[in-house]
Amino acid sequence: MSTAKDVFLDPIFNKNPIGLQILGICSALAVTSKLETVIVMSLAVTFVVASSNFSVSLMRRQIPSSIRIIAQITVIATLVIIVDQFLKAYAFSVSKQLSVFVGLIITNCIVLGRAEAFAMKNPPVLSFIDGLGNGVGYSLVLVIVAFFRELLGAGKLLGITILPTTNDGGWYLANGLMLLPPSAFFIIGLLIWALRCWKTDQIEEEN
Amino acid sequence: MEHYLSLLIKSIFIENMALAFFLGMCTFLAVSKKVDTAVGLGIAVVAVQTITVPINNLIYQYFLKAGALSWLGIPDTDLTFIGLICYIGVIAAIVQILEMVLDRYVPSLYNALGIFLPLITVNCAILGGSLFMVERDYNFAESVVFGFGSGTGWALAIVALAGIREKMKYSDVPVGLRGLGITFMIAGLMAMAFMAFSGIQL
Repeated sequence: MSTAKDVFLDPIFNKNPIGLQILGICSALAVTSKLETVIVMSLAVTFVVASSNFSVSLMRRQIPSSIRIIAQITVIATLVIIVDQFLKAYAFSVSKQLSVFVGLIITNCIVLGRAEAFAMKNPPVLSFIDGLGNGVGYSLVLVIVAFFRELLGAGKLLGITILPTTNDGGWYLANGLMLLPPSAFFIIGLLIWALRCWKTDQIEEEN
Repeated sequence: MEHYLSLLIKSIFIENMALAFFLGMCTFLAVSKKVDTAVGLGIAVVAVQTITVPINNLIYQYFLKAGALSWLGIPDTDLTFIGLICYIGVIAAIVQILEMVLDRYVPSLYNALGIFLPLITVNCAILGGSLFMVERDYNFAESVVFGFGSGTGWALAIVALAGIREKMKYSDVPVGLRGLGITFMIAGLMAMAFMAFSGIQL
């Protein structure tokens, strides 16, 4: 039986949802052009993963296995609606920027993947910790990508100017490519490369 | 007519689901090792997308939208907040029905699609299509065109990626970059290529 610490730390580096499990990539790419939206998105996903893991785990003995997917989706959709309504009420401008991507947390494979792979087999508290770990692992990748994209693309972090751009009379020539969608692919690709140089057991065999 | 043609081109190329909005990325990267499977999945996505987006459009127009229930004599209701759960329910149901219909009437196609059909339920391109339809307030005809176009665009992207990945075995990729890493790079280059379509108007 794995301890709570392992369950929490494993998904952050050893089994990162984005780096190794290929889960939850859509939103990782689409919302990362600004650090602010990423932080909100990360909090939302972490909340949904942890609470859905907890609730699914509580119900795991009652859910018949033939309808488990639809039961899990219902739990997740309910949590996402709560988050969506909360953001619309308290952070309207950010929720406008995230547009459909808050709703898409429902189909974010991390949430369903962890509910199916972990919460159906483990007790509630441990599942909650696993959800937190995966949420943090996901957030870490998102924050790193957004950091580079906003810093190199606009010379700003969280809207505060770090590198004054030439347009505003500074010295930094902003790299416009970083604000465009393709740059997210390159940064995540490089990130995976770096992670695999460090944790060499994650390298994929040629087939 | 011109308006619909323009919308079709826009949803296939300019606002490509996979390469401009990054929807359905998980399957896009995971199931693109072979062209055959990519084609099968692509067809399934086009079919499901063309059915679900218009159906969700009807549900939105006649049940959920603010004041939409006036035909029932209840004029001031706004049920948009339960939208998400309705759309995902519709998608799951359609996928299930499609699976049963194909199994009964077209077993060869059913066998070819195999495990990809159930996977489509959690493909965010499908839910994303419905959410974009709601956000942009398309009417019924527009939603049919948009559903078909966005599904086709996604299918096109995954087949192209699978084609490139099949050729990759002749190249010498750095060890740490093999597999997922290099696939991200290819997808990034493809996204840049697709950006060349932006600004095209009919």
